[in-house]
Amino acid sequence: MIDIRNVSKSYSEQGPTVLQDISFDIKKGEVIAILGKSGCGKSTLLNCIGGFEAVNNGQILLDEVSIRKPSKRCIMLMQNYGLLPWRSVRKNVELGIENISLSKQEISERTLHYLRMVGLEDRANALPSELSGGMQQRVAIARALAMQPEVILMDEPFGALDTFTRYYLQDELMQIQRREKMTIVLVTHDIDEAIYLADRILIMKPNPGEIHKEIVLRLPKERNRADADFQHYRELIFNEFQFTHETTIEFNI
Amino acid sequence: MAKVKKLSPIAIGFILLLVFWQFAIFIGGHQSALFPPPLKVGEALLAIISDGSLFAHIQISLFRFFSGYLAAVIVAVILGLLLGRSMLVWKVVDPIVQVLRPVSPIAWSPFIVLWFGIGNMPAIVIIFIAAFFPVLLSTVSAVKKVDRTYLRIASNFEMSPFETLRKIVLPASFPMIANGLHMALGSAWIFLVAGEMVGAQSGLGFLIIDARNSLSLDLVMACIVVIGVLGLALDKGIHYFESWVNRIWGSAK
Repeated sequence: MIDIRNVSKSYSEQGPTVLQDISFDIKKGEVIAILGKSGCGKSTLLNCIGGFEAVNNGQILLDEVSIRKPSKRCIMLMQNYGLLPWRSVRKNVELGIENISLSKQEISERTLHYLRMVGLEDRANALPSELSGGMQQRVAIARALAMQPEVILMDEPFGALDTFTRYYLQDELMQIQRREKMTIVLVTHDIDEAIYLADRILIMKPNPGEIHKEIVLRLPKERNRADADFQHYRELIFNEFQFTHETTIEFNI
Repeated sequence: MAKVKKLSPIAIGFILLLVFWQFAIFIGGHQSALFPPPLKVGEALLAIISDGSLFAHIQISLFRFFSGYLAAVIVAVILGLLLGRSMLVWKVVDPIVQVLRPVSPIAWSPFIVLWFGIGNMPAIVIIFIAAFFPVLLSTVSAVKKVDRTYLRIASNFEMSPFETLRKIVLPASFPMIANGLHMALGSAWIFLVAGEMVGAQSGLGFLIIDARNSLSLDLVMACIVVIGVLGLALDKGIHYFESWVNRIWGSAK
């Protein structure tokens, strides 16, 4: 569905290469996690997929068509949720579907449907500032879902939340993903989150930002963090990071 | 009780002012025709209140003030939104604005009388000029400071430029624009009197000129008091407007 071919990017001609020769593809309905330390270019890669930033070399294709600007087909969930503070929860969810040919009733039905899905139909008239961070993220998810996009891009979606809220929302997201079958590309630095959510993990390493390793998770969809297999993948990924860490130390000596 | 507590410092302030005023006349031994004491001013005030002429003048003054002010606000906000969105045009327009802004609206009065005649228009135009630049400048800088996340959302949701202005840029910059509206209200009110000294035959400014010509300085002072009190009332009014703005927008971050 999304085809990333030999993508390279740097912000200026002499500047460091942010992304170097990145190629992979994303199939429909797949959940991909891009895992890496901060500064490895993972957010830049996500911005390029979303069409927010242009690439210098290579191509990113969505259904064989090159992505040149952001579109409703790929909705980005922002790190700080991106809710409009002057709009109520309901109006925030309606924001993306106001300008398509839907009747007033269809708009409010669809809004309510997705608010119910994230369990916030009783807070429809609240302002975002009256909600907790986790609730705000759920509103942002409902807003993205209401537009019925083919791909949802998430940049550290649960980074600012406490552990319990994060686990809860990860579960919720997975249930919704199984029902709606949308494609998700997720950027994270949380190894557990990547293993818990993804079908495939791409590990990126910095300077220049490139894909270090691809790990296909052969786990059932219903995952348990205490599982032996889960621990196995955790160790596997952890070792990858140990490895890159050691080389940099040697380099410094 | 709380209300009394809030009001008493205000009352003390005004009583002190009156005492000072009276005291200055005692000490200086000024003639009441040159420096009217509070009581005489009070009498003059009562006289124009009881014959109703004051209210006719206030009415016409407020009409001119709001015509000029609201026209300036509408034009300046619309222009500010457009100019703030296009850096290139603003770079061309900014120096022109900076040259025109420091010129007192009164300096234009010969041209204003030539172009707009006498009656209501000169005062309205002068108030327009006085209110225009603060609103324009605060709108432009507010638009430039709009959170980039909101603009990313607008492009992600494929909003048209007009929709982006209406749904994102205007509401996002609204608190800062409201601040500009407050500043402009004060400076425009200052120029009301000056505007009504140019070719008007009614209004508070005219009343001052008229009283001066007949050497009734107590009436001049009474007009000054009225203008001051009305200015205070307008300022309080816009305070309510601002606290409404803060209630919706202020709690956002």
